[in-house]
Amino acid sequence: MTHRYTAPFSSNGSSPIDTAIAERLLAVALSRGGDYADLFFEYEVSGSYGYEEGILKSAGRGVSLGLGVRVRKGEATGYAYCEDLAIEAMEHAAKIAAQIASEGGKKPVGLQPISTPSRYPVSELSFDVDGAAKRELLRRADVAARALDPRITRVEASLAEQIREILIATSDGKIVTDSQPLIRFGLRVIAEENGKRRAGSSGGGGRLGLSYFEGKSPEWHAGEAVRQALTMLDAREAPAGEMEVVLAPGDSGILLHEAVGHGLEADFNRKKTSNYTDQVGQRVASELCTVVDDATIPHSRGSIDVDDEGNVPEKAVLIEKGILRGYMQDRQSSEHFHVPFSGNGRRESFKSHPLPRMTNTLLLAGEHDPEEIVKSVKKGIFAKKFGGGQVDISNGDFVFSLTESYLIEDGVITAPLKDVNLIGNGPDVMRKVTMLGRDMELSDGIWTCGKDGQSVPVGVACPTIKISAITVGGTQR
Amino acid sequence: MSDVKSTEAQRAALFSLGDRIVAAARALGADVAEAVISEGSHLSAKVRLGEPELVEEAGSRSIGVRVMVKDGEQGYRVAVSYSSDTSEQGIARLAEDAVELARLSEPDAFAGPPEASLLSKESEHVDLDLFDPKVDGIDGAMALRHAKNGEAAALGADPRVTNSEGATFSRASGAKAIVTSGGFRGYSRGTYASLTVSPVVDDEGGKKRSGYHWTAKRHYAGLLPDEVVGKEAARRTLAKLGAKKVETQECAVVFDPDAARSLLGLLASSISGGAIWRKSSYLVDRIGTEIASPLVTVVDDPLLPQGPGSRAFDGEGLLSRRNVVVENGKLLMYFLDTYSAKKLGLASTASASRGGSGGVGPSTTNFILQPGTTSAEEIVASTQRGLYVTDMMGFGFNAVTGDFSRGASGFWIEDGKKTFPVSEVTISSNLDAMLKGIDLVGSDLDLRSAIASPTIRIASMTLAGSG
Repeated sequence: MTHRYTAPFSSNGSSPIDTAIAERLLAVALSRGGDYADLFFEYEVSGSYGYEEGILKSAGRGVSLGLGVRVRKGEATGYAYCEDLAIEAMEHAAKIAAQIASEGGKKPVGLQPISTPSRYPVSELSFDVDGAAKRELLRRADVAARALDPRITRVEASLAEQIREILIATSDGKIVTDSQPLIRFGLRVIAEENGKRRAGSSGGGGRLGLSYFEGKSPEWHAGEAVRQALTMLDAREAPAGEMEVVLAPGDSGILLHEAVGHGLEADFNRKKTSNYTDQVGQRVASELCTVVDDATIPHSRGSIDVDDEGNVPEKAVLIEKGILRGYMQDRQSSEHFHVPFSGNGRRESFKSHPLPRMTNTLLLAGEHDPEEIVKSVKKGIFAKKFGGGQVDISNGDFVFSLTESYLIEDGVITAPLKDVNLIGNGPDVMRKVTMLGRDMELSDGIWTCGKDGQSVPVGVACPTIKISAITVGGTQR
Repeated sequence: MSDVKSTEAQRAALFSLGDRIVAAARALGADVAEAVISEGSHLSAKVRLGEPELVEEAGSRSIGVRVMVKDGEQGYRVAVSYSSDTSEQGIARLAEDAVELARLSEPDAFAGPPEASLLSKESEHVDLDLFDPKVDGIDGAMALRHAKNGEAAALGADPRVTNSEGATFSRASGAKAIVTSGGFRGYSRGTYASLTVSPVVDDEGGKKRSGYHWTAKRHYAGLLPDEVVGKEAARRTLAKLGAKKVETQECAVVFDPDAARSLLGLLASSISGGAIWRKSSYLVDRIGTEIASPLVTVVDDPLLPQGPGSRAFDGEGLLSRRNVVVENGKLLMYFLDTYSAKKLGLASTASASRGGSGGVGPSTTNFILQPGTTSAEEIVASTQRGLYVTDMMGFGFNAVTGDFSRGASGFWIEDGKKTFPVSEVTISSNLDAMLKGIDLVGSDLDLRSAIASPTIRIASMTLAGSG
């Protein structure tokens, strides 16, 4: 909790929500015969700072507060929310959500607090630091980037900070709170030479305060963004067609997120709309591949102490040596599959119902020397930085875009390539993982995942990966 | 009658909130304060395999403010703030946050409110027929019925349609008011309703194929019948059965209206004032030059009655106007708000959009590629060999260079006929070359969304697939 911002529903807030009020609201929610109900209180403060053309050009802050009430009856869900913690407003929301049911149902169980781990303790939240200190961090990035090379003509540095306080009460008797800090730094530069203009970027963050910059300084990010922009000045058209691809460690986990991650979210499998439906126990990837969803990584962007349905996620093995072991579950899917809650029920805000979502998705390291992996490629692509990806759950086709990549010729990384998309089919590509490096790396905290219109912060991690064939969407034959 | 009264009451309540926000910020030392108040309600009902899956209903309200503090001759310091707390305490906190942040930000010589002489008066704001009380009155049972009908039509269209991601019927209504210390006040409200049906069918090798069809309008009467949406969704999904890769090659590419709309969105982002002054667009310094084929005329028209992106005034209070953006291939203008106009030494094009969080930036309204005279069928019939694209995937566009590379699926055209479905390929080129390479523009425009296009054909792109 920050000094300046206190969640109104916390015990020292302006509208404290205690066990008695929560139980009363849950009783209203189940009054029409629902099977299960939960309350999701959320207070979120966001700050943003944009430094451009040598000045702090924009600054913003926002506060949102609300209660989401969910009532489940069989396969159906009723959802309503309010932005006012007056008891009448909250009861009204509970009544609207209750309407999904009309008979039968269960009574709520008395609430007991549950204990949660502490995966992102922060000694000083960025909100409690003077704004001038944040402006100075951005100024340093700006100055450093400009000083590195005269061809750098534009620099944009940004910092986003957030604190999300949540309180969840469930009709099966849990009450739990969490305080989730998040910061994200971004730097984008443009290099110009002979009328050519190219962009480079670098960013990072996680569930911590400004101590993030003790690990990676603004100057470090400036060096990285400038390096990329200058490299891209020489980029040539990428090839088109199927070839070998080597993915750099860290952000390449995006491939994993798209190729298998989404397909293993339990809702798609419960509805039998994923191409991984009914495949638990079967081979879905090469035996080199062990894929884990791990919410426990300290301070990682995708980590959570408790999910948005009141369950504590741990480290869950999804694929073990190529064999599918299980899905990422929310409550509804856990009940459907008769498996324990995996703690993957997440939502964008109190305005949204929970869905099974990834936290930090990891492809575990292998045994190859990363250099040997590159050397093994006759003609292919080395993929270093990524712009994001997308998947069609039903058939497993996925894309992800490369914003920095290079040709590999006879085992050597050579010319930089213009932006290019890769397209593949998840199960097919995962079977074509033929080498894995021993160089595991976690992405710096920049990724946001979208599903059904809801965005949540996620992490990815992987070693150097070799894929024996994937379609590269360039323009050169 | 009651509807007129409630509009009046809402308008007065939102203006009163706006006045209090402006006064609070001014009292704390803001030289300029511009408040935005949004209020809305929505209902969404989803049915899957005939049973209700989700009924969601809520109303919400938020306040936002942009403040400017003048710093002598150096310009204005600017900041924004927003909140869902509309109480007196919430307003006080909002104003404090914004003014505190404005003092942290640094003077910008180009910042400032629009010239007072450019501000529109409320009496000049035309009624664009954006609100339909019928949409506002749809309840959960009715929404479920539409979703059920739509999905049933898809499931009943063919025995191979055995599964579904569901059908969703949604309605939303919203009102927005802007009050500024410069003396502008504007109020608008509108409704929007939509039905989307998403069937799933089984294909070979454990793969499934999903597809969808949708209808969306501001007025209830304009929606396609549920059955039409469901049947078309089934037809589109079944047509994907057996989709396969094709060989890597250069070929003509036909974009259906949804895919073409996505290209038009890239053009819109590339001519936004912010991208231009930041030199983050391949279209920097291109006003007055050919940026597309002579067949291409694109108009941004905020004044279309019942238009999805219509507005009588822009986010800074300037009177909306129809802008011809591209005429016969020539770029005539960038989208500019007051700030980006000053940065570029031009005049605002009344394209400012003010988000609920208080921030202002240029945006499109109804951004439409004007239809041609060739029917969509004739476009396919006149294509010897090529790809007909119905869906694109990924974010493969570099605005600075215009380089384009995206995943695509659709159909293979051979001798003027759609032959078999295609998936898992990419199409690549550069947006500059693509827009110049448009050699056919269809006549099939449906204004379902604020960015809309008919079918178009691009003479040649690189398709990457097998081999």
